[in-house]
Amino acid sequence: MEFDALLLSRLQFAFVVAFHILFPAFTIGLAAFLAVCEGLWLKTGNEVFKRLYLHWVKIFALAFAMGVVSGVVMSYQFGTNWSVFSDKVGNVMGPLLGYEVLTAFFLEATFLGVMLFGWKRVGRGLHFFATCAVAVGTSISAFWILSANSWMQTPQGYAIDGDGRFYATDWMEVIFNPSFPPRYVHMMLAAFITTAAVILAAGAWQTIKRHQQKPTRWQMRMAAGTLLVLMPLQIWAGHWSGEVAHRYQPAKVTAMEGWCETADVQPTVIVAWPDARRDCGINNSIAIPGTSRFLFKTDEPLKGLDAFPESEQPPLWLVFYSFRIMVAAGLVLLLMGAWGVLKWWRGTLDKPGLFHWLALPSGTLGFVAVITGWIVAEVGRQPYTVYGILRTADSVSPVSAGQVATSLLVFMVVYAIIFTAGVIYMFRIMTKGFDDEANDPPKESGRAPGSPLASVRDMAEPVQAAPAKTGG
Amino acid sequence: MDLPLIWAVLIAVAVMLYVILDGFDLGIGALTVFARSETERNLMTATIEPVWDGNETWLILGGGGLFAAFPLAYAVLMPAMYIPVLIMLAALIFRGVAFEFRHKAVREPTRIFWNGAFAYGSLIATVAQGFILGGFIKGITVDGRVFAGGAFDWLSPFSILVAISLLLGYVLLGACWLFLKTGGETQEFSRKWAKRALIGVLVAMGAVSLATLSIDPRVTERWGVSMTSVDFGTFWYLVPIPTLAGVLIYMLWKDLSNRTLKPEWRPYLLTVGIFLAGYTGFAVSLFPYLVPFEITLWDAAARDNALGLMLVGAVIMLPTILIYTAYVYKLFWGKVNLEDGYHG
Repeated sequence: MEFDALLLSRLQFAFVVAFHILFPAFTIGLAAFLAVCEGLWLKTGNEVFKRLYLHWVKIFALAFAMGVVSGVVMSYQFGTNWSVFSDKVGNVMGPLLGYEVLTAFFLEATFLGVMLFGWKRVGRGLHFFATCAVAVGTSISAFWILSANSWMQTPQGYAIDGDGRFYATDWMEVIFNPSFPPRYVHMMLAAFITTAAVILAAGAWQTIKRHQQKPTRWQMRMAAGTLLVLMPLQIWAGHWSGEVAHRYQPAKVTAMEGWCETADVQPTVIVAWPDARRDCGINNSIAIPGTSRFLFKTDEPLKGLDAFPESEQPPLWLVFYSFRIMVAAGLVLLLMGAWGVLKWWRGTLDKPGLFHWLALPSGTLGFVAVITGWIVAEVGRQPYTVYGILRTADSVSPVSAGQVATSLLVFMVVYAIIFTAGVIYMFRIMTKGFDDEANDPPKESGRAPGSPLASVRDMAEPVQAAPAKTGG
Repeated sequence: MDLPLIWAVLIAVAVMLYVILDGFDLGIGALTVFARSETERNLMTATIEPVWDGNETWLILGGGGLFAAFPLAYAVLMPAMYIPVLIMLAALIFRGVAFEFRHKAVREPTRIFWNGAFAYGSLIATVAQGFILGGFIKGITVDGRVFAGGAFDWLSPFSILVAISLLLGYVLLGACWLFLKTGGETQEFSRKWAKRALIGVLVAMGAVSLATLSIDPRVTERWGVSMTSVDFGTFWYLVPIPTLAGVLIYMLWKDLSNRTLKPEWRPYLLTVGIFLAGYTGFAVSLFPYLVPFEITLWDAAARDNALGLMLVGAVIMLPTILIYTAYVYKLFWGKVNLEDGYHG
């Protein structure tokens, strides 16, 4: 494998997009959670929901900022590293991304200011409106970006001109391409589940540390309930997405399932070991035979990797193992949700125990599933950028390997620094719990969450190690 | 309908809005290098905190809009500007997260680090944008439909001059915004820096204008002006642009020297006018090239059905965006003061 501009550009795109998706996945869910909390507070007048809002909005501000800065990077990647791709598909994909900016980015970015700094300046109703605008903006953004990406997976509604450039013949077909509906539902659910897992973990930590307050209990109930309700839906959405992929991207599904040879009935491979002696490189070590009858409704033989020439195959092992990690992460979260709701039912959710210790690492599983799921989707699309038509090797910019190596290194260093700092700051807020904000409502409402003074107050908390030097 | 031309104008407006909005953010960021206390630094960032994110979105519209409306220009310019774009992005990342992180840091060294990330991130992002602009005006080497120049083509004495000019311009915008949003000592600080930057802008604009004239014979011909001769027949029509810039600079100087100036938004507005004059000057020089001096906007344009679809979106969304952006600015209008009700 040669580290040329192509491979380095692929690595760079994989790295910056994987880093980026962590934050939208979290903020889409968190924005919805905040909107629910603020709405419940306005409707019921229960201070618990206001405290939840004021607590999580600080974390939201951090995550959103990291999502914004890593998102700006993405809007230039197509041009700097995939300029031939941009030239060829710009006529089709450009408008989708243009609509994302026009309908989503401005909405979220502008109303974020009101959400974070308008607490005292606007009325409650208007502030709630701003929170909802941000939440809706994040969902619209996901709509367009998933539409664009799904078009790359299952292109339709286009033609190719004499110079090899794509143009749209039917915009509705382009936007609502076959894989878009299931993938959009799959991603939105993933975002909600990811956030619920984090909220559950933060609540578990506060419970273990006996730092538990009323909002802690509520956030754990809401998170566990969300996981229990959404995870079965997510399994269904994932299956739906798989069915569509099976129809349009058979090679991808073959790699996901680990089917080496074409057969009428295929097994469900649970685990497999690498095996260099076999053509497809894995050995189906534990498999349940005969299950494909129930999963894929088709009379045709199910293709194995041997049905595709090597030049058409995605890298098998990466897709295969990523898929299994994603599914396992999802199943653990389903169990955590069910267990949590059972404990809530029995009234033991608030007593620290094994559940709470397991909930801590489970807080990362949503992110694990999002990343591995995207690896399945994107690596499974290889060796194409536009599936079946435009090869990745024919998409890359005319830039030197040296330039790309430099930029990759810069992004790795920069992201390592801001990721470490951002995670530490978010952890501090999450683990500290609820600082009795609601005990003094009139004073509290005067503080803008995320504003300098709110932060100055954070610093002055006794749990902080260093004595705070407040600004000035 | 000439859709490519409409889109060229729309993107030009988006870039202009980016410059005058995020320009003051970045300028204030650069000015925090000289903040005399942590309180003053907090005051300076507080003037932009509620709006910076929306402002930066115009940059995404610039990048995304170029991809959508002029994919060929995007595909040629981005590889040509690989290194300055990378520098700009890295700097914007540091400065963007520093808005939040500098408040969250509990230990002195980390707080100093994030304050530095904010100040120098703003400064470096500005300089990188200047290099992109300078390299763009200087011209791009193209072969067929791809960039065919070297990795450092953007670096030249001209682009260095443009980078310095843009930094001075952003500092001027930032200082005038600060002048509007603060009072007392910080306002005096902003007045002092606005005056310094204005002198710099005057010199820089003159130098960049003269240098631009000799970049390409087509620019010389467009203006009717070269280093040695002036063709008044042509130049006469364009004379209002430099004249306007001169008048605005004079008016701004008078305003900044006036100790009891009312209304206080005037310096910012005048600076916007100065930027507009300079921007128009560039547009006159480069029209109709989107990749100077190789690819025109019509050559680079996406198909009409793509431009048409986006135009529908833009006609509906851009006014909506402008309305709610204006609303948010109005909401946060007035002086920021860390001691008054806003934070306390």
